Parts: sequence; structure tokens; C-alpha cells
Amino acid sequence: MTALLQTEELTRRFGKLVAVDRVTLTVQAGARHAVIGPNGAGKSTLFGLITGAIRPSAGRVLFDGHDLTRRPDHVRARAGMSQTFQHSSVFTTLSVLDNVALATQRAAGRGMRMVRPAGRHATVQEQAARHLELVGLADRAAAPAGTLSHGERRQLEVALALATSPKLLLLDEPTAGMSAADSARFAELIEALGPEVTVLIVEHDLDVVFRLATRVTVLHLGKILAEGAPAEVRSDQAVQRAYLGDAVFDELFGAAP
Amino acid sequence: MSRTTAPPPILAPTAPARRALTTRGLVAGGALLVLALLPLFASANVADMLTRVLVFALLAISLDLLTGVAGLPSLGHAAPFGVGAYTAALVAKHLTTVGPLQLLAAAAAGAALSASVGWLVVRARGTYFLMLTLAVGEIVHVLADRWEGITGGSNGLAGIPAITLLPGGESVRLAGVLYWYVLGAVLLGAAVLVVVSRSAFGRTLRGIRDNEERMRSLGYATIRAKYAVFCIVGAAAGAAGSLWVAQARFVSPADLSFEISAMALLAVVLGGRGSLWGAAFGAALVVLIRDELSPQLGGRGPLVLGLVFIVAVYLLPRGFAGLRLPRRTRHRGDAR
Repeated sequence: MTALLQTEELTRRFGKLVAVDRVTLTVQAGARHAVIGPNGAGKSTLFGLITGAIRPSAGRVLFDGHDLTRRPDHVRARAGMSQTFQHSSVFTTLSVLDNVALATQRAAGRGMRMVRPAGRHATVQEQAARHLELVGLADRAAAPAGTLSHGERRQLEVALALATSPKLLLLDEPTAGMSAADSARFAELIEALGPEVTVLIVEHDLDVVFRLATRVTVLHLGKILAEGAPAEVRSDQAVQRAYLGDAVFDELFGAAP
Repeated sequence: MSRTTAPPPILAPTAPARRALTTRGLVAGGALLVLALLPLFASANVADMLTRVLVFALLAISLDLLTGVAGLPSLGHAAPFGVGAYTAALVAKHLTTVGPLQLLAAAAAGAALSASVGWLVVRARGTYFLMLTLAVGEIVHVLADRWEGITGGSNGLAGIPAITLLPGGESVRLAGVLYWYVLGAVLLGAAVLVVVSRSAFGRTLRGIRDNEERMRSLGYATIRAKYAVFCIVGAAAGAAGSLWVAQARFVSPADLSFEISAMALLAVVLGGRGSLWGAAFGAALVVLIRDELSPQLGGRGPLVLGLVFIVAVYLLPRGFAGLRLPRRTRHRGDAR
């Protein structure tokens, strides 16, 4: 296996707070890699550093053999990174189909074509329609995205991310606010992806993580606390303490006799 | 059919959508016919006034592509318009009386102005974009006023010869013939802008308007797209400037004043942002109020424009374009 994404000593300081502290992370090609950690562990900052939304204070981001540390977000997207946002981020006045077509037309290199009507780019439209069917939104294709329910927006978000045909799919708390049924449907969707798509998922919901992930990294106070297969991480005492805290652990499961 | 696999059913247009297209085609065709035949019935004064409406409509449509479609509200659209007008005037006085050549030169000048300031301007967003375009408009205005050797200063450039349609052709002196020339040029310009708006690039611009962050995360170099549209509308505004001069045969710093920019933006708001044809109606209303109603009110046209603006914002939040029936396609998803 080869590494698709590597961070080297990646660091981000906000004033005196070190949100991400010398994180060296390797995501193998084809992996389903999860980053978990309690609130304030630096998960979202790490995510932003990888996508390019946040500039690092130090360290490097290597993707697919290239150093992308100083490259802006749209260059990283073109290199094959694709992401979903924690808070659904769609194009509210455009139809659901046009939303996804924005992704497929960029992937097809048609985003600056000025003559042919947008709807006549047959492959762009067909690929967009196929992605809508994949996430189960085909019957909402003509509706403005602003009229979608919260759950539907999350589905659209996933369709947008997949429609650029990414090498690396970055999911930032994808099941936040989803119903249990939607969550399960989402997990099926990710499980159905081929090995050509690598997935890095930042998630709060441990059920989803342990269902999907082949590898788990635990972040705590900006540093990597543990990394390994899901079963190893789950049974790690330090992880349990960090993740739940002694007091909360006791509260939830009762004090040890 | 050469295609082996049928497109997914959700891409097929529905019967109501097709019917709506036919209806729109008929309405558009009828409107064009009326516009083309008007000089046969109207007086020279009316033809002059309609010519000004058409020119302003092209300016407003180009601003709508920038503001309504791409989400970049400009308060300096008079700058490329005025630069185009001065360019056309200078070309007419010193080089050629051929109208289409003046038009091309003016479009090139408008695009050149936009290209030179655009790199900086399109990096700003929202209010900052508004302020930067305002600044550009004011700077160009002051330049026109002070650079007397070229622009004639506050006196402007007078004595511009009437245009000819072809090299060595006859001068166009009849208001009706000039109207037809302007109508043809405006329709051509508007058609180009509509094609751009409906293209994949137009969809890109709408995406940027809705959510620029997301566009970048999809891999779009959004600055490049915004720069491209800024230059395109600059060219269209410059072309409109040349048509303005072809009719007025005079140009002064007033033609690139803040008032022109504000009127163009008002026309866009009245018409309903992003619909393009709505902006043309807005332009007609604005020009009629300023040129026809204002003299009867002792020059209080701007006051009326202000009142119209307030009323429009309250009663027609989506402009004239919002008056049409709700789009049928909007209910398609719910109906199933």
C-alpha cells in the first residue's frame, strides 16, 4: 500500500493555543481512515489544514506525491481532494441537479465554456443525474436546493463531494444532525465506494466510525494519542480516558466497583 | 439517435416545461416584431427616445450579468460605458465614421479598462466590491474632466460626425434608421450576454454567487471566472457607450458620472436580478422617468426614481421578473 496523504509535523497555533500540534499522519491509498477525539481535540482544525481552508503555522501536507502545503484550496480540489462540510454548504438558489452539475462540469473541464447551453453538455448532465440517483435524490432533481430538508441537504452534500471523482474524500462530521436511518444509508453509500476512493472521516459518532473505518487515529489536545485498527483503539485505556474523561466515564457507566 | 444509452429520465424536459418554452418563444418573437416595426409609425422624437432606452437596456443587461448572475454588485458600471463612449467619439472624429468599427473599438476599450482594474477589483467581495467599483468610476470620471487635451474636459467632445453603416456609405441621419442600427447592435450584444448566462460558465457564475467557498472546494478558480465575466460585461458596456454617442453625437463627463452607474443598478433591481430581460424593462422605466417625466416635474426626476426604487423594493422584491407565475418546474419534485 502507498500513502495517498501525509502530514508532516503539521502545526497550527491560534495565539497561545496550539490547536494542532506536530501531527504526522499517513493515510494509505484505499483506506477508510477515521480521526476521532473529544471536543476541542483539534479535529476540525486538522481537517481545515488538509483541505486548505486554514494555513498551517508549520509542517507540510503531501498529497499524491505533491507538496500542497502552500497551494490554495481549489488547487487541492483539482489534485483530487473532495470534501463535505460540517454545516451543509450547497447552492441554495440552483436546482439540485445544477448543484451536482457544477461538480461534474468542473471535473470534465467545462466550467469556463461560454457558448453551449449548460444543459446541453450531455455527459456532465448525465453524470450529475447518476450521482443524484446514487444518493437517493433523483426525484428532487428539479427542486431548488434551498427547499431541501436538512437530511436531503446532507445527501446532496455527499453527491457534490463524490461528483468530482475524487481520489480522497474528506468527510467532516458527515452524520451530524442525520436521523439514524439517514446515517445508516450514508454508511452504506461509503461502504459501496470502490478502493479507488480513499476516505478520511472526522466523526463524532463512534458507531459510524467503528462500522466504516479500517484505521482510526485518536486526537487529543491537538496531538495524536493513539492510532491503529478500530478494535485496538477501542480497547485502549488511554483513549477511553481521554475520550470520555474519568468523571464522564463514571457518570455514563457507573463508577468502577 | 447516435447515443447508445438513453439519458436518465430526470433529464428529460416535461411537457409543461416544453409548453412554457414555446410560449416564451412566441412572446419574444412578437416583442421583436413590434420593436422592429416601431419606426414606421413613431415620430423622430419617439424613435430617439426608444434608441436611448435600447442603449440603456444593453448597459443594464450587462450589469445584470455581473450583479444578478455572478453576484458582483458594481457601482461603477458607467466607467466602461463612458470609456467606450469617449473611444467611439475619438474614433469617429479622427479615424472612421463607420459605426460598427466604432462599436468594436469601444467594446475593446471597455474590456481593456475592466481587464486593467479587474485583477484587483474582483478579489474584493460584497460591500468592498461595491466601494472599489465606485472608486474606479469616480477616478475615470475625474480623468475625463481633467484630461482636456483628449477629452475636451468639462466641455466634452462635440461635432462628432454621423455614423455610416459601411465604409464610404451614406451618413445615417434619420432617427428611424439609426434606431434600426442600434436595435440590431443591442440585440446582438444582448444575445451574446444571454448565451454566456445560459452556458456552463453562466452556471459557474451562479454557483459563485450562491457560495464561492464551496465553488473553490469543488476546484473552481473563482477569481478567474469573476475576472472573465468582469471583462465581458466591460466590453458590452463599452459597446453601449459607442451606441450612445452614435445617437447623441456628443460626449461629456456626465456620461460616466455616478448617476449613470446608479441608474443602471436601479434598472437591474427593478427588473429582478439575474433575469437579464427584466433588466431591459427596468432600463426602459428608468430612462422614461428621467427623460420624459422629469422635465414635466421641473427636473425632479431623480426624486421620482428614488420613490420608484423604494416602492419596487417593497412590492416587487424580485423585480419585474418576479411577476411571472411561479415556475412549473419548481413543483415537479413535490408533485411526484
